[in-house]
Amino acid sequence: MRANYGYQDGSGAFFITIDSNLCTSCEDCVTICPSGVLEMITDDYDDVTAAVTEEHRKKIKYSCAECKPMELQPPLPCITACEPGAIEHSW
Amino acid sequence: MSTEYWRWKEYNWKDPESDWQQASVISAGVDVGSVSSQAVVMTDGELFAYSNMRTGSDSPESAENAMKWALEDTGMTLGDINYVVGTGYGRVNVPFADRAITEIACHGRGANYMYGPTVRTILDMGGQDCKAILVDERGKVQEFLMNDKCAAGTGRGMEVFADLLEISIEEIGDLSFDIDEEPEPVSSTCVIFAKSEATGLLRQGWPKNDVLAAYCSAMSDRVFALLERVGVQEDFAITGGIAKNAGVVRRLTKVMGVDALEPKHDTQIAGALGGALFAKALAEKEGKVRS
Repeated sequence: MRANYGYQDGSGAFFITIDSNLCTSCEDCVTICPSGVLEMITDDYDDVTAAVTEEHRKKIKYSCAECKPMELQPPLPCITACEPGAIEHSW
Repeated sequence: MSTEYWRWKEYNWKDPESDWQQASVISAGVDVGSVSSQAVVMTDGELFAYSNMRTGSDSPESAENAMKWALEDTGMTLGDINYVVGTGYGRVNVPFADRAITEIACHGRGANYMYGPTVRTILDMGGQDCKAILVDERGKVQEFLMNDKCAAGTGRGMEVFADLLEISIEEIGDLSFDIDEEPEPVSSTCVIFAKSEATGLLRQGWPKNDVLAAYCSAMSDRVFALLERVGVQEDFAITGGIAKNAGVVRRLTKVMGVDALEPKHDTQIAGALGGALFAKALAEKEGKVRS
């Protein structure tokens, strides 16, 4: 299942997509995220997968700001840490 | 007392033919939404009874009231039900639920029952959020996207407009087509700003129906952007209260270039219906069936 967490408002679309079919439940993304945006959950189909915490879903643009400087944006830690490529950012 | 134009009809329904005593699994789903609550009771996976009412300020009480009303005059009591799934915004506050499941998974499953296995894209237009969901032929969610940060594109937004224009919420859809020419949509980013914009248009002398059309069209633009993000696959269906508003539905399907399937049941019960279907499967898995 591809879960899109985030929102779309007047300032743009801010979504983190996590594909539970690709997620291996390794938790590397959870450990590496400096803002504590990610957590492991057991979803409705009993798959253990990474997800964006409830707390950050409506302010994800700001929660992720630390890893997204205006200039010379380095690769995102969560995306780099995820070997199977289960995480995408829309912005 | 002033008229409450936003107020939609609350009601309950039961299958007069069904003999529930013969059923081997009685399951139920209770969807406590931010605006409305529904309880659906199924006997062996067939719709038996349901209720649809406004959510009160107390979630556990709303869940209990919805269930009580669904069971009214059926001879069945809560104790006869083998398994209850709670869903929706207040899903963790359903005191008699055996399990809580998100409304996304429940809408997927409910729409699969309501519209048949060909449905792939579901748009749930609820009271205070809106979801685009892709499902497989069994109603299992493949992808979802939810917007619950902004009230634009939600039922509550439509209720605000019903009050502003003093037009009953159930008439909005049809009246929005009683216009000479389709107007430009109002601001689609915020209900509050859309309301100020609409007030301005009324001051300029716009007829009410034109303002309604401008709002329905803004709402349709708003949800279309969400649907485009997940990618629409046919067949397409709409659940939730706004599915009853032709003003939004017809404008949306026109811009999508895709028709929406005709609902066989009240579109507001999709979440609770999915909950009852999950409950049936869980009851069988956990051996909680009638002896």
